[in-house]
Amino acid sequence: MDIKYETIKRSELEQLQLERLQVTINRVYRNVKFYRSLLDKANIAPEDITSLDDLKKIPFTTKESLIENQPYDMFALPLRDVVRLQSSSGTTREPIVVGYSRNDIEHWTELVARVLNSGGVNKDDVVQISFDYGLFTGAIGFHYGAEYIGATVIPSSRISAEKQINIMRNYRTTALVCTPTFALQLADIVKKSDISPAELSLRVALIGSEPWSEPVRLEIEEGLHILALDNYGLSEIIGPGVSCECQEKNGLHIAEDHFIAEVINPDTEELLPDGEVGELVLTTITKEAFPVIRYRTGDLTSLDRSKCICGRTLARMSRVAKRTDDLVIVQGVKIQPALIGQILTEIEGTEPHFRLRVDRSGAKDELEVRVEVSENIFFDEIRRMDALHEEIQKRLEEALGFFVRVKLVEPNSIQRLNDSE
Amino acid sequence: MIRIQSLSTFYGNIQALRGVSLHVDDGEIVTLLGANGAGKTSLLNTICGLVNSRSGTVNFGEKDITNTSPEKIVKLGISQVPEGRQLFSELSVKENLIMGAYQHYRKRKKEVYNHLEQIFHIFPILKERQEQQAGTLSGGEQQMLAIGRALMSRPKLLLLDEPSMGLAPKIVSEIFKIITDLREQQKTTILLVEQNAHVALKVADRGYILETGRIVLQGSSEELLENKEIKRAYLGRGYKEVWE
Repeated sequence: MDIKYETIKRSELEQLQLERLQVTINRVYRNVKFYRSLLDKANIAPEDITSLDDLKKIPFTTKESLIENQPYDMFALPLRDVVRLQSSSGTTREPIVVGYSRNDIEHWTELVARVLNSGGVNKDDVVQISFDYGLFTGAIGFHYGAEYIGATVIPSSRISAEKQINIMRNYRTTALVCTPTFALQLADIVKKSDISPAELSLRVALIGSEPWSEPVRLEIEEGLHILALDNYGLSEIIGPGVSCECQEKNGLHIAEDHFIAEVINPDTEELLPDGEVGELVLTTITKEAFPVIRYRTGDLTSLDRSKCICGRTLARMSRVAKRTDDLVIVQGVKIQPALIGQILTEIEGTEPHFRLRVDRSGAKDELEVRVEVSENIFFDEIRRMDALHEEIQKRLEEALGFFVRVKLVEPNSIQRLNDSE
Repeated sequence: MIRIQSLSTFYGNIQALRGVSLHVDDGEIVTLLGANGAGKTSLLNTICGLVNSRSGTVNFGEKDITNTSPEKIVKLGISQVPEGRQLFSELSVKENLIMGAYQHYRKRKKEVYNHLEQIFHIFPILKERQEQQAGTLSGGEQQMLAIGRALMSRPKLLLLDEPSMGLAPKIVSEIFKIITDLREQQKTTILLVEQNAHVALKVADRGYILETGRIVLQGSSEELLENKEIKRAYLGRGYKEVWE
């Protein structure tokens, strides 16, 4: 644990945050045209930010602003001082290019080291990184962090799940870095094959980059006999390392010495008190190349500033169950894909892979839920499948209050978890 | 030890500090870097109560010492080594040192003389020259005397204003050796104001960069040494060529 910062007293943290915030504001005002005009228009001088509370005077930065200023206009350093470019995955929209100075890379590495550390991973571990390397921040971020703590890194991206299991067994992987979808796939393979989880040395999975639910955690943990921990990050902020669960699984500790977190009501934009769920807004306070002020992440969470049993004093955010822009509105009802995921998982025998499709062609919007079923059910009995179909339909209609068309589809025919259209 | 939040100081209508925040923890050496006119001395003078701030707070330990008078500041345990030494050049070395403890001199004379011996222990050269007029000392010796005088009040926090100014490189490293020794041996916490970023970052744990009254960078000394802006702005001509 980074004792100095992860267990810092709140008053000391606030001093540090204020200093770093003011430096960041001074720098973006001087170096980033977007922020200079944002502050000028709001009639705010950098020295008007005299307390952390004053941060709320500054207007938000949205994804749209980042897109408008592509590729380099949000950079606060000349390109020659930037040692790395990465980009957001662009699953929801256009990718956003982000840059890192040498110090940014160092900070990022230390932050990912904290993620590994809070999962109990240390220099004796063999860490298998199954994220895709490349522009995506997840793989390379974890790679640097794991090397930094002295662990043995296996960069096993772009390899089929079956082969990854072999690597895991043969090279005695103890820690896995992956998406929830992939962890479920592995659990599924283990279930179907003659490999027993006891044959694997795997102890912990550090899971991120997609929202996932408690039932999914249970399925992964039971399927692989491991501890599955959540971590959170986004490339616009830095990548993985923004926040992570400790082994208490009681919220994700935010690296508040590098980021200031706020939660707002996404509709009214007003600041919400701790404990209330709203959109997470993040301000980077140590980033040199790509600082962002009050960035609306689109992720829904709540904050808890009470001290954790693990000893860390850093605030915790609740697990991100969904994004603001994942809300599907059907017949005026806001539907959280994660809620559907939860219902599906509760129904025995259903893998939580599903896809939502809204048909808006008729007089009334219609919601179609495509659900993947596990293989044994699919091939065995038609009657059992019908019963399952009926049960899903009934449970969803109960929860949502309107007709839902349910389609059962073949296993592994849906790529991503909780994806919606 | 000391926490400064959003300090703004004016000389008439001219704003010298624009919302400066910084802190120094117990036992740390922290450096404040900046060019001429950036506001470095203004900050020290505001801490010491020589200039009043218009807004912002200074906390020393748990105590709010914003705009406290200089003599109270010294009593609380903050001592400044001013820019350009400001010695009493007509007085002897010993007399200069005793001036540093004038607050205790009447009541605790014995203690003051004991302490004088300790200062002579840290700076043997001052013992040798104790009867000499301060004005006849070399630049390096004068700087040592200025530091020694500040230490006579037994400060918890020592504020050093450009101790390297006007000294030859060899003497500068001697002075900085003494600064690190002070922290190691006397446990003195030090806020070091410098233009010479290179030497300052070598001895400091952390640093802040002040530009036109604003802090524009902060971080550990390693981070600041790694920062190319600092290299260009403060670490000499060779780096400036990299910039253009």
